[in-house]
Amino acid sequence: MAVSLSRESLGHVAATPASRGSRAWRRFALNPATVTGMLILLVVAGAAVAAPWVAPHDPAKQSLLRRFTPPMWQAKGNPAYPLGTDQVGRDVLSRLIHGARISLLVGVAAVVVSLAVGVTAGLVSGFVGGKVDTAIGTVVDVTLSFPQILLALAFVAALGPSLVTIIVVLGLTGWERYARVVRAEVLALREKEFIEAARAIGVGRWRIIFRHVLPNTVPSIVVLSTLQVAQAILAEAALSFLGVGSGSAYPTWGQMISLGRDFVTVAWWLPTLPGLAILLTVLAINLVGDRLRDALDPRAT
Amino acid sequence: MSAFLIRRLLRFVVVCVGVSLVTFAILHASGDPVALIMPEAPEADRAKLREALGLSDPLPTQFVRFVSNAARGDFGRSFFHREPAFRLVVERMPTTLALTSLAVVLALAVALPVGIVSAVRRNTLIDHGATAIVMLGQSMPVFWIGIMLMLLFAVQWRLLPVSGWETWASMLLPAVTLGAFTTPLFMRIIRSSMLEVLNLDYVRTARSKGIAEWIVICRHAFRNAALPIVTVIGLQFGLLLGGAVLTETVFAVPGVGRLIVGAIRQLDFPIVQAGVFLLAMVIVTVNLLVDVLYVYLNPTIRLR
Repeated sequence: MAVSLSRESLGHVAATPASRGSRAWRRFALNPATVTGMLILLVVAGAAVAAPWVAPHDPAKQSLLRRFTPPMWQAKGNPAYPLGTDQVGRDVLSRLIHGARISLLVGVAAVVVSLAVGVTAGLVSGFVGGKVDTAIGTVVDVTLSFPQILLALAFVAALGPSLVTIIVVLGLTGWERYARVVRAEVLALREKEFIEAARAIGVGRWRIIFRHVLPNTVPSIVVLSTLQVAQAILAEAALSFLGVGSGSAYPTWGQMISLGRDFVTVAWWLPTLPGLAILLTVLAINLVGDRLRDALDPRAT
Repeated sequence: MSAFLIRRLLRFVVVCVGVSLVTFAILHASGDPVALIMPEAPEADRAKLREALGLSDPLPTQFVRFVSNAARGDFGRSFFHREPAFRLVVERMPTTLALTSLAVVLALAVALPVGIVSAVRRNTLIDHGATAIVMLGQSMPVFWIGIMLMLLFAVQWRLLPVSGWETWASMLLPAVTLGAFTTPLFMRIIRSSMLEVLNLDYVRTARSKGIAEWIVICRHAFRNAALPIVTVIGLQFGLLLGGAVLTETVFAVPGVGRLIVGAIRQLDFPIVQAGVFLLAMVIVTVNLLVDVLYVYLNPTIRLR
């Protein structure tokens, strides 16, 4: 029983229509929330990948004659600049499209760092136990004792703002959830019969970890990762809002909100639109992540 | 009980040491903080500052000195304000704590009734509406919520001041912003804790005895759901203070968060270290209190 369950989550048995895996998968894929979320994500990801080709203007091109052009549906709008221009006449739509690149890149890359650190820590913690487990638990406790955004801000400033620094720092301040989830799964799996059986026939410790335990934690890791990407995008936006962004002139959504805040009295669209871009992207990821959790992890609901 | 207390206090001390280590590391993360502080100064001046800050000693010596100074509330003088960094941070602490408390009160006022009702009336229109609000709320950056509220209430309708913290009116927007950031979090926790309790046998027994539904919900169910709610809210306190940092920056609230953010931009390390350390201490202490309270209030553990 335990063995067949583990196969199923690996996708080996999932092809038969009667299996729980495929029914859950179909419920996930046909859910209107999933479809909406996926469509939004496709648009955002497409914009990020194809930014130089789909953006109507150069995102850095200034023109003082055109500054503070409102969006096209307003009285003084200009259809050539559908979402208006900023305080130095740069096209807001083009900057939003280019901003999608940093948000998605940092969001995904930071989560990859968290995933690598957290899953390793969780596996070691759960398998070795004892003093190592206590030590890793203490590191988690210490990490959780700081407001993440403040710690990230301080280290990014001290290390010098750059895209890589932001990714690494956000990754290293967001791994503890993986550690906790994987550790809990390992502790539960360790007692299962199929692990005991593997151990009884003389399978080595590392082989058990990588071939039998790790694959069974994949559903929870996938669910957690989607939700963590959403968190990382919000954190990156907060960092560039606070003024320690990637350090380049490249537009980011958080930085656009930060600059737009100063012109909130004259140009409402400057802080509003980049925030809507963040909201839509994060909401889409959360929608997909929540449905994914319902489909993959029936216990969590 | 006392064995638990001792173990918990020991963990508190260990975490405090870890927090000091991380705070200490902020200054040394760059390798040479002096080069960062005065990039154009000649080497002789840099060496002088390095000496003055004690940066030429071995790292373990520096760390021991940092911890013993920190324990006495000495983080050095602010490079920029020329005053003890610790005092500057402590002076602003009440503002940050007031903002956070106001936000928690506002968030509870909304999240408690809505969370309970959406658990009791599960899968109804109210529940779906509440879930949608949670979803939306958790997808918005808190600083953007603040700017949008500012745009509506201060710029468009001119009802409230744009920023500051001097009058009650100026406190309203920051408190509502942080409250709006906190509410979805609380709502989700309250709903799921209530759902867990509502399915238990004793609730059914109470109902079958003919006790009025609202008494069953308030007295029987909520009392038992309240404990996990307090624990989880305590665990989320770091997130709350992080939100406070951003809210203070948006509305120019003179709190610890805004002080630290300004200090980070100026590379004023004593203030950054003092501020980060003190905020972490607040979080660690809240977690300790919540854990102790949990054991104290939970009879199944207390009686063992």
